[in-house]
Amino acid sequence: MPHTPILSVNNLSVVFPDNNGGLRALDDISFEVHPREFICFLGPSGSGKTTLLRILASLLPPTSGQVNFIRNEHPEIGMVFQQANLMPWRSVMENIKLPLELQGMDAASERVKAQELVDLVGLNGFEESWPRELSGGMAQRVAIARALIHDPDLLLLDEPFGSLDAITRERMWTELSRIWQVRQKTVIMVTHSINESLFLADRVLVLTQRPGKIKLDVEVDLPRPRKDDIRYTPHFGKLARKLREAIE
Amino acid sequence: MKNILNRIPWLGLMSILAGLLAWWLVARYSGLPRFILPSPLDVRTSLIKALGNGTLLYHTCITLMEIVLGMLAGVAFATVVGYMLAKSRTLEKILSPYLVASQAIPIVAIAPLLVIWLGGGILSKVLICALIVFFPVLVNTVVGVRAVPAALYDLMNSVRATKLQILLKLEIPASMPILLGGLRIGVTLSVIGAVVGELVNAKQGLGYLLQLGDFQYDTSMVYVAVFALILLALGLYGIVAWVERKVLVWQEKK
Ligand SMILES: Nc1ncnc2c1ncn2[C@@H]1O[C@H](COP(=O)(O)OP(=O)(O)OP(=O)(O)O)[C@@H](O)[C@H]1O
Ligand SMILES: [Mg+2]
Repeated sequence: MPHTPILSVNNLSVVFPDNNGGLRALDDISFEVHPREFICFLGPSGSGKTTLLRILASLLPPTSGQVNFIRNEHPEIGMVFQQANLMPWRSVMENIKLPLELQGMDAASERVKAQELVDLVGLNGFEESWPRELSGGMAQRVAIARALIHDPDLLLLDEPFGSLDAITRERMWTELSRIWQVRQKTVIMVTHSINESLFLADRVLVLTQRPGKIKLDVEVDLPRPRKDDIRYTPHFGKLARKLREAIE
Repeated sequence: MKNILNRIPWLGLMSILAGLLAWWLVARYSGLPRFILPSPLDVRTSLIKALGNGTLLYHTCITLMEIVLGMLAGVAFATVVGYMLAKSRTLEKILSPYLVASQAIPIVAIAPLLVIWLGGGILSKVLICALIVFFPVLVNTVVGVRAVPAALYDLMNSVRATKLQILLKLEIPASMPILLGGLRIGVTLSVIGAVVGELVNAKQGLGYLLQLGDFQYDTSMVYVAVFALILLALGLYGIVAWVERKVLVWQEKK
């Protein structure tokens, strides 16, 4: 792993204004992300995970502290939100194409790329459906396809697989690992699932109850590619226990 | 064939026929003079005459033109101002006293003033229509733009959309349902606006035709003008409703 990070977060705090002195969501968070690293954030509800991703995507300014992208000040970002967040007036295909449209790609290449992603997330036959006609899991897969289509440098994923069934979820894990390896992306993902983080991540960071501080930062030194049966190995068990204890 | 028969609104047609029959019976047997209640047959005669010599078409076109021009101007102005108001609370605070005051003035009351200022030509009617559609469209634009979900702004900003892209690909389509609702109210109001303007002073238009019939005790002509206005309003409303259905196909059928 190269030694210069692409992202460094220093003493980041976020306070949301409220009626009694402000609500502190994140407290003095510092960490570094290296190129092509896959990082998972675990933490209880309300610990500021979504807030952290919003800061990294420059959707929210930090109250104090810095977020520095080192090699490329404005990396292309692909974001999957906690809710699918589709545009109800666009069909599945048109939702997936949105980032390419904003970049001004020609319609024919747009269509080819979008079809690739429809295949990837298994939504064939639903290309022309409206978002209201999709199940929660299908909508989330559209959102995943939309986050990948413009080949972003940095993927920010906020519990992207929360609403998927177990089989689809594990297929998406495999696909995400593959995309991450082939396309050499950096991924920062929020999840509630210890298994998910251990299947996917190079490093897992655990946040405390609000206000979120980094409680634990562990390397996941399990061999890749990680197959389903890796969860029965002693090392996986040891890591899982460590994370569980940190989360309470 | 069966399909076509099924699609004809039989009950509606029967009800209209029954209404005409009742009208005819009352006109025939009530003993009311013709200049108060002409029979449907008199109205038909007037209609055929007005259609034949082209007066009806001419006056309808004039009124339609006033409405269309007025709506275009009113909608364009209202959406631009509404968008700016939606985006700036300060601007809203500065302008809202004027907007509320302008709403408190019944447009019917200042119509004579506008006609005095702008003359009896179509310009004054266009302006009345524009003013009358302005407010509902303005309010709905503000409400519509403010109702755009914050999460979708996040989405657009995460892929670094420009302000223009946010306007075109997010704000306009997202506020379309509410905006079109405003237009639907506006279109009916603007028919009223045009007629009010024409009643004040005009040499052409359905309002003028109506008044002409009134002055000449030609009541069946008044009826013809009124029916033309009803059809005009229904037609315009139908067009807006049709556009709404086309633009909002993505919505759940109600
Ligand atoms: N825009 C906002 N305005 C005010 N408070 C906010 C805002 N966004 C988040 N918060 C508060 O900040 C805290 C952290 O919220 P956040 O959404 O980041 O939690 P989370 O870790 O993502 O939780 P979950 O796992 O339930 O998604 C919460 O207490 C929340 O109420
Ligand atoms: Mg969250």
